[in-house]
Amino acid sequence: MLNYIMRRIGQALAVLFGVTIIAFIIIHLLPGGPAIALLGPHASAQQLHTFIVQNGYNKPIFVQYGYYLSRLFKGSLGYSYRYGEPVTTLLKNALPNSLLLVGLSYMVALVVAVPLGLLQAAKRNSPADNTITGLALIGYSMPVFWLGIILVVVFSSTTHLLPPEGPQGGTIAAALQQPLAMVLPVATLSIVTIALFSRYMRSSAIESLVQDYIRTARAEGVSNTRVLWRHVLRNSLLPLITLVGLSLPVTVSGAVITESVFNYPGMGLLFWNAATTHDYPLLMGCVLVVGIATVLGSLLADLLYAVADPRLRRA
Amino acid sequence: MTAGTPDMAARPAGQLPGATLPPAPAREVTAASDPGVPTGGFAAFVRAFRQSKAGLLGVGIVLGAIAFSFLGPLFYHTDQVHVNLNAISQPPSARHLLGTNAVGNDVLGQLMLGGQSSIEIGLAAALLASILGTVWGAVAGYAGGWLDAVMMRVVDSMIAIPHLLMILLLTSIFGPSTPVLILVIAIVSWLATARLVRGDALSLVTRDFVHAARAAGAAPGWVVRRHIIPNVIGIIVVQTTFEVANAILLLAGLSFLGLGPQPPAANWGGMLSNGLNFVFDGYWWLIYPAGAAIVLTVCAFNMIGDALRDTFEVRLRRR
Repeated sequence: MLNYIMRRIGQALAVLFGVTIIAFIIIHLLPGGPAIALLGPHASAQQLHTFIVQNGYNKPIFVQYGYYLSRLFKGSLGYSYRYGEPVTTLLKNALPNSLLLVGLSYMVALVVAVPLGLLQAAKRNSPADNTITGLALIGYSMPVFWLGIILVVVFSSTTHLLPPEGPQGGTIAAALQQPLAMVLPVATLSIVTIALFSRYMRSSAIESLVQDYIRTARAEGVSNTRVLWRHVLRNSLLPLITLVGLSLPVTVSGAVITESVFNYPGMGLLFWNAATTHDYPLLMGCVLVVGIATVLGSLLADLLYAVADPRLRRA
Repeated sequence: MTAGTPDMAARPAGQLPGATLPPAPAREVTAASDPGVPTGGFAAFVRAFRQSKAGLLGVGIVLGAIAFSFLGPLFYHTDQVHVNLNAISQPPSARHLLGTNAVGNDVLGQLMLGGQSSIEIGLAAALLASILGTVWGAVAGYAGGWLDAVMMRVVDSMIAIPHLLMILLLTSIFGPSTPVLILVIAIVSWLATARLVRGDALSLVTRDFVHAARAAGAAPGWVVRRHIIPNVIGIIVVQTTFEVANAILLLAGLSFLGLGPQPPAANWGGMLSNGLNFVFDGYWWLIYPAGAAIVLTVCAFNMIGDALRDTFEVRLRRR
């Protein structure tokens, strides 16, 4: 097991390294090169020259990458030219909000999707199962923003039950003080995730149902409900841990759109604003932070899996 | 990870039966796209696929969407270029079957144009992604060892960066023209295919017909082209179908965020983005038709993909 964990951590480190290389390559793809992209279009020739010499952009590419990494380790991501603030400050304010949105959505999605998939597996090919499968198909074929718009039409503009915008104020404390404003963004993101998870849970539970230990349990006279909620559930939950890790990038993409529909002050909204205003330092900072968060997230999922699975734990 | 390679090197070539093995087994595999089933081929595949109602429905919807988008404008003439201030945000009428938008353009006509760009970009991006993913995965799986490890870490690193972030960033840099959009969506879409193909290639290189081909002196390029890729064609077809669905969704998301095809080119996501401004005015025709068009098309490709996968899997199970 220790062996597996070490290997998995090594792999994650390699991927992190890869993410920084990709980010570095993209900086060099930016129109006008990194100096213009990072200082902004209004920089004078003198400023550009100073910046290039100071940051070593006149050095060979490998040396530049070394400088880039050392700046990263010092926690410097440059300055946003739209907000004039350090990128790290902006990210520090936005990241907790996004974590709140994504975390809550995952919780809701798991609480709904796990029993749903389990029941579908138990009543396989029944009308109820087919209906839910159809709904799930529509759910993950649906653009996140359209779902968000429909929810706004139904719950805000028609019935006035919920605010059409996410919590405003920018901080996580403000978000927690406006729980009603959290409902629609979380609902939007979790519905899409439920569609994905329930489909997976269903097939994973169907696979568990035909295993020998289930037959043994049944032969010993364990009731159907107990078989389902103890034996099948526990064994189908394991692959779900991996799925949660794997689905992180997809969910983050969904969060970008959800945040822009509801004007929710998270990383997604920040990123979108940066993309439309060509705020490259901010864009690069977001890509890097989200990439690192995703790598760590899926590493965590795999390690959890190793701890949770007795077969791996004892290996 | 090193499956096949060292094992092959250790085994003397003479042990393999028939150094001049005829290419027949590989041919059959190519035709049936399934190593275990010698009979059948395309006709049998179509027969099996026809058993899936959802798959047929999906094909029907896709054909319908293509006809609607590409033939529709021949029968339903609209002006999508000029602003018509006399016909702003009109509800559906005999003249404008689905009403007009905020600059007086016909919504139904716009749906057709949007369908063209969605289908064109979706298909082109998915196809490009499949080619790239197949070659990458087949080479990594065939080579094994450190090359495989490096190639797969590249895939892992790219998967770690959420797709939408990557394409937003790249379109922000290169501008949202159609070729850029196709390329950018393809760049984030080939990764799953590469992983799947590589997984299968790893097991294929240990099979006898690959051993035989190598013993007969086939070059790596030949083995990858003639033995590995034909045997994974099933996964590739299934995955491509899903990627079309994903590409259309990604394009819609990108357009919603304002970085899709620019006006006067119409697109479904952009139409919804404009519709969002009128949520509180009750202009339902700006919100539902475009969204329904996306859901229908994406659902259809997903349904085809599911049916294709079931068809391939049933055939594999028969082995």
